[in-house]
Amino acid sequence: MIPAPAFLSNPERFMAFSRWAAPMFGAIAVVLGLAGLWLGWAAPEDYQQGATVRILFIHIPAAWLAEFAYACLAVASLLALVFRHVLADAAAQAAAPLGAGFTVLALATGSLWGRPMWGTYWVWDARLTSVLALLLIYLAYMALRASLDDEAKAARAAAILALVGAVNLPIIHYSVDWWNTLHQGASVFRAGGSALAPVFYWPVILMVLAYMSAFGSLWLVRIRGEVWRRRAEAAALRAARG
Amino acid sequence: MPHFETGKYAFFIWTAYGITAAVLVAMIATSLAHAQRWKARAEALARK
Repeated sequence: MIPAPAFLSNPERFMAFSRWAAPMFGAIAVVLGLAGLWLGWAAPEDYQQGATVRILFIHIPAAWLAEFAYACLAVASLLALVFRHVLADAAAQAAAPLGAGFTVLALATGSLWGRPMWGTYWVWDARLTSVLALLLIYLAYMALRASLDDEAKAARAAAILALVGAVNLPIIHYSVDWWNTLHQGASVFRAGGSALAPVFYWPVILMVLAYMSAFGSLWLVRIRGEVWRRRAEAAALRAARG
Repeated sequence: MPHFETGKYAFFIWTAYGITAAVLVAMIATSLAHAQRWKARAEALARK
């Protein structure tokens, strides 16, 4: 059996695969998202949080995807840097705006949950601050790529930035353990099982899977766009040279 | 069955869902537009 990364490293094979995989992941995301929302809104209100527990069905998946997308960006950057693979670089470039979008969602929905529960939209605790730093790293990555005309130099510089920024991922994850934070500790993905009641756990899991499928679909669409952009620019260069 | 009573937290809950819908729609629209634009450009250049 051919390992998936090797199979997908051929641009022609990738384009053939992503042509049907992108809409398939999109359809899976819609089905899982509708199921998650249905179960989430059918669940009873939490005895402490009241109806604001509904926000967690969109906050936890966004926070998970903010980190997951960055992990994808970092791995793709490493492959691009080590193997100088064009498709890996396109994958890294395509992951950044999506990851930034999910990070904005994690911060916004968390803030809207925090106001009624904590009494404030924002507090400079370790979890919130490290997620804000993640957003800034995403923005810096995109700004760096956009600021250099030489695509090879931009790719190399951005890949190094992405790998340095990956240090922030364990900081985000363990921030609630390493420091005394207002943000609660891990409650869904943790050793020893989830702390959530099943009526809240399953909607969260379905929504996480829906968000992951949506990310997979949009990531493939964006990588395809990058492949076409590079083909168009190469063709334009050939035409200009006559 | 789902029940949509949000009581005194309505503003926070519906704003969170509204922002989520807006950002997800924006991500879908920009991703598809980016891919369509460059696909059309690449195909036009290939025909020349």
